[in-house]
Amino acid sequence: MTTTELAAPPLTGGAPAPAVRVRGLTKSYGTTTVLDGLDLEVRRGECFALLGPNGAGKTTTIEVLEGVRRRDAGEVSVLGEDPAVAGRAWRARIGVVSQGEGAGQALSVRETLDHFARYTSTPQPTDELLAAVGLTEKAGTRVGSLSGGQRRRLAVALGVQGRPELVFLDEPTTGMDPVARRQFWQLVRDLRASGTTVLLTTHYLDEAAELADRVGVIAGGRLVEVAPPAELGAALRREATVRWREAGAWREVRTERPAGVLRDLLAAHPHDEVPDLSVTRPDLEDVYLALVGATPGGDPR
Amino acid sequence: MTDVLTAARPAPPSVARIALARVRLELRLFARERQQVVFSFAYPLVMMVIFASVLGGDERPGDVPFAQYFLAGIAATGIMLSSFQAVGTAIAAEREAGQLERLQLLGTPPVAYFAGKAGQVLVTTAVQLALLLPLARYGYDVPMPADLGHWLTFLWVAGLGALAGTVLGIAVSALPGSASSVNTTVSGFAIVLQFFSGVFFGFTELPGWMQQVAAVFPLKWLTQGMRSAFLPEQAGAFEVAGGWEHGRTALVLVAWVIIGVMVCVRTFRWRRADR
Repeated sequence: MTTTELAAPPLTGGAPAPAVRVRGLTKSYGTTTVLDGLDLEVRRGECFALLGPNGAGKTTTIEVLEGVRRRDAGEVSVLGEDPAVAGRAWRARIGVVSQGEGAGQALSVRETLDHFARYTSTPQPTDELLAAVGLTEKAGTRVGSLSGGQRRRLAVALGVQGRPELVFLDEPTTGMDPVARRQFWQLVRDLRASGTTVLLTTHYLDEAAELADRVGVIAGGRLVEVAPPAELGAALRREATVRWREAGAWREVRTERPAGVLRDLLAAHPHDEVPDLSVTRPDLEDVYLALVGATPGGDPR
Repeated sequence: MTDVLTAARPAPPSVARIALARVRLELRLFARERQQVVFSFAYPLVMMVIFASVLGGDERPGDVPFAQYFLAGIAATGIMLSSFQAVGTAIAAEREAGQLERLQLLGTPPVAYFAGKAGQVLVTTAVQLALLLPLARYGYDVPMPADLGHWLTFLWVAGLGALAGTVLGIAVSALPGSASSVNTTVSGFAIVLQFFSGVFFGFTELPGWMQQVAAVFPLKWLTQGMRSAFLPEQAGAFEVAGGWEHGRTALVLVAWVIIGVMVCVRTFRWRRADR
């Protein structure tokens, strides 16, 4: 049950082995290649967001890491073990917030949690769980009568019930209203603050920016960029666009050194105003769209 | 939420502990599924009342009063419905709702899950028979098994039949298609099998080809085993083989248990088919 027999990456200064390490992961369904040599590393204790458009391979990646889907090729290590062959002791260390139902619509929230507490040797007390996800007042309500947001909270409670070291959340807020979504984010932050490693997938940019320590952008079955949200697409962001109007027409210059362009521009108009002058840098959304290839050649819109 | 646990963890709970939790859960869910409760418990009773009222004056092979012959058949059918049909359709529905996916993610041993189903079948079958037998005894004057030996026959036939039904129910739950299509297939099959297996008609009155088809499946043997418990000894002479064939009954039922287990091992899945 202790970590790793697998070839660990070279460690510097005794840093802990990463929670997730993936090299060259490939997976095809029939003739459709979904993952095409994906590399991924999630550090212990961080919240990592896999960001990408629908169909980019996020869910497949998560399912391979959870050990519920076979991979075609590649090395995968999750908490030091290969999920394809890892046993129950390993499962006890991971938690999954899944979309699937609990144990039946006819059970109450408390009955559901009490039931699943029997599957783990390290259950959190049901009352603590209820309080943590804000379902204390719904403890006696049948699962079938819960709202969508409340069901997701129950799913979180079930996902963390056994005190996992690593929690997977696959598109957790899809379909939630804005209020439920913000409440859910707070749950994830609490989880992260408790030292749990969190790996979530999302196609919402703001969600990734809000929650993640690092974001991995997935496109075409590969990880095309990994960085903290603020640094995502650093190369793309360095390029600024200087715009102004000259003789009624828009002029635009792209440059990594906008100051020089401005100096020349102002020198050319020593006494006049430069109409509609602006200097802009791509925002996160522009960077993301460029990374996933939704805009050609990294063109900011 | 409390701090993350990284130190050595105790071993996961034993299969027996989870199996026990599953049995309790299954029974609780069963009790709350009103339709299921009514169907499971009322079906044999209603059939008994209908057929005994309509055909009460008839006699079956060996001068056996109709109600007596029919009790054996409807008891066997009830066992099949509360094991084979109930388990097959329930698993398909649970898979579709994503409940099995959660069990897989929790690392639930499949055996613990199956044990939960088996426990539920055992209890519901017992309740079903506990309602049916008094109805037959006090409503239609059907004699109960004559002595301890006949009661034991009744018990092993019922137990083995329920076991085979449970295992085969798990096996058919792997049929492709949606939960409702599995439900339709399983129910349709169960209905036809009842007619083929001598539940409603005297088995020896059925056409030969029908008897031969029925002899492949467990229900015919379950029904015959039940007759051996409820009918007088001399009625055995009017069976196809001229006797109760206890050995062969046990053999066929055990064979189906083994076949079912082999199919389950190969085909049971927590999730719907891979895309």
